[in-house]
Amino acid sequence: MLSIAQPQFKLLEKLCNAMSVSGDEGEVRRIVLEEIKPYADEIQVDALGSVLARKKSAVKNPLRVLLDAHMDEVGFMIVHDEGDGIYQFKTVGGIDSRHLAGKQVIVGKDHLPGVIGLKPIHLAERSELRHAPEVDALRIDLGAGKAKIGERATFATKFQRAGGSILSKAIDDRIGIAILIEILKHAPKQIELCLSFSVQEEIGLRGAKVAGHYFEPDLAIAVDSTPARDLPHHEGEENYLYNARLGFGPAIYMANNSTIDDPRLVRFLAQMGDKHKVQYQFRQPGGGGTNAGAIQRSRAGAPVISVSVPHRYTHSPVSISRVADWKNTLNLLHISLQEMTRELLHR
Amino acid sequence: MSDILPFLKSMISTSGLSGYEAPIAELIAKEWTPLADEVTRSRLGSVHGFKRGSGAAKPRPSVLIATHMDAIGLMVSRIDGEFLHITSLGGIDPRVLPGTPVTVHASQSRTNLPGVIAMPPAHLLPEDKNSGVISIPYLLVDTGLTARELAKHVHVGDLISFATPPVELGEGLLSGHSIDNRASVAALTLCLQALKNSAHVWDVWAVATTQEEVGGLGAETSTFALRPTIAIAVDVTFASGPGASGYETFALGKGLTLGIGPTIHPFLYQRMKEVAQRIEIPAQDEPMPAYSGTDGDALQLTAEGIPTMVLSIPERYMHTPVEVVAMKDIQRAGRLLAEFIASLEEDFMSKMKWD
Repeated sequence: MLSIAQPQFKLLEKLCNAMSVSGDEGEVRRIVLEEIKPYADEIQVDALGSVLARKKSAVKNPLRVLLDAHMDEVGFMIVHDEGDGIYQFKTVGGIDSRHLAGKQVIVGKDHLPGVIGLKPIHLAERSELRHAPEVDALRIDLGAGKAKIGERATFATKFQRAGGSILSKAIDDRIGIAILIEILKHAPKQIELCLSFSVQEEIGLRGAKVAGHYFEPDLAIAVDSTPARDLPHHEGEENYLYNARLGFGPAIYMANNSTIDDPRLVRFLAQMGDKHKVQYQFRQPGGGGTNAGAIQRSRAGAPVISVSVPHRYTHSPVSISRVADWKNTLNLLHISLQEMTRELLHR
Repeated sequence: MSDILPFLKSMISTSGLSGYEAPIAELIAKEWTPLADEVTRSRLGSVHGFKRGSGAAKPRPSVLIATHMDAIGLMVSRIDGEFLHITSLGGIDPRVLPGTPVTVHASQSRTNLPGVIAMPPAHLLPEDKNSGVISIPYLLVDTGLTARELAKHVHVGDLISFATPPVELGEGLLSGHSIDNRASVAALTLCLQALKNSAHVWDVWAVATTQEEVGGLGAETSTFALRPTIAIAVDVTFASGPGASGYETFALGKGLTLGIGPTIHPFLYQRMKEVAQRIEIPAQDEPMPAYSGTDGDALQLTAEGIPTMVLSIPERYMHTPVEVVAMKDIQRAGRLLAEFIASLEEDFMSKMKWD
């Protein structure tokens, strides 16, 4: 079994603290390129900015498996300079605007510090206090700093560890990136391993669409991070809509808004988990989407499945995941790839 | 004047919620010890720095300067498995809470746990409470610990501070939580430094007060104990900025404000204005039609009544985790306080006129 130790934590920390808002993924791309260079047989940056890598197989006519994780995160774009260090911004990707007021942000390539403030409670009318501020009413304040229109920004929160958990702004999907890199370092020999470190997932699965076309895989797995809504009900009733739960292992998808996951792959991953005693859970079927949805319909189509490390507080300044879930996701994928054969796709 | 930024940064990184000011009080007492003749603590925890004046009168008149050191925050109200329910300590706007990083001061283990304020999904809240602004009783704190681990650390009643680290927003602007009112403590510290090399006839009581955010308890009791001749409250006021404009707001980094209103003795206002003009420190009038909303309201009503003045430093985003202050204004406040104190002559009180 592969383990999560100091080097893996250090890499995830570096990935999480980088800023990589959809459409401007350069920081994470540079880390990925540096990490995979010694291990991949082919590496290229495609027309959209995704990193596409291949590890050849030791066998002839191998099963070609694509693993995808997205490099981008939700964030902001600076859209108007109001002078005096005050900037209007728009959100990039699905951010609940109730997470914005009172937060520290970083802006641009130099990670210039800024804040999103709020009118003091003392000056707010009673009616104002009942309404969550809209994005259009909020501003990024850079103080004496200067930004350019079009620069990206994101939450400033730094990666932290607490007990058996990790806390970061960008677990979604740097944890998937970290898992792909680790699997490349321990690549199974009997398959042709294709890796897509995709751009622009958060704004419509764009990078994965063309990556799927490029690789033309026999099957593909989207490695992502899914929201865990496993909080207690305020009045103690059962929370039956948790999506996924922390501490229950990788969340295997069966259906969401973008895909019906291939039942052969669902069955195979669950069998692998049972056989090797790696804890897993089934994600509750429902909304949401992953890059699997884009890859599935590339060219003549490809069987796909999504596997996610669950995290709480999606697209907010601080998400929380369990290290054990990270480790179990890495290992479930690794053993599954090791035992994967073409038989799997026979009906 | 010295660079007060490092001290202010360490102050806003030190806990000291209303009623639990011991850590911040210790830090302030240490900083003031070399600057004052004597540093003591009140029965309710305020820090008293005494600086003897040179006047011959007996008893020597004294000026008390109150800067509150307590900060707003949260308290654990209930533990539910891996999660903490919370209640507020001081005036907290629930709109800034979801996603805010916090520090849980765990009393059982005497450790500080990182955490985040969680906004539960709508389906877990009562229907009339689950949209728009989620009020504080429905928010949770998640420390990333399991229920078993959490139970070993945390008690109901444990304190929770904001955890936003101090950041400089370019040259001369500082952002963080609890700048209200550690900025004024920094100004008072600068004043004490200045008084080391400047003659003053009056005795000076520099006071870092407790529990301002919950009603001015520290100011009221310290003033009673010390019974100064006059008193000055120094606090932050509203800086203009996004969402905040109008007569209640003042430009950030462009100078101080002098209170005008029933809390303030007009003669003290007049003197402070004259001093500010003489040393060319920009100071605008701040109308305070009923209350000042500062320790000044408590200072004035202590014992048989004490002539009071309120001096303020503009600050953006008050009571949020990302308050912003201009270091230049803090320097100005320190200098104005020192010059005001130095201007107090032996017979100042006898000159005090109403009309």
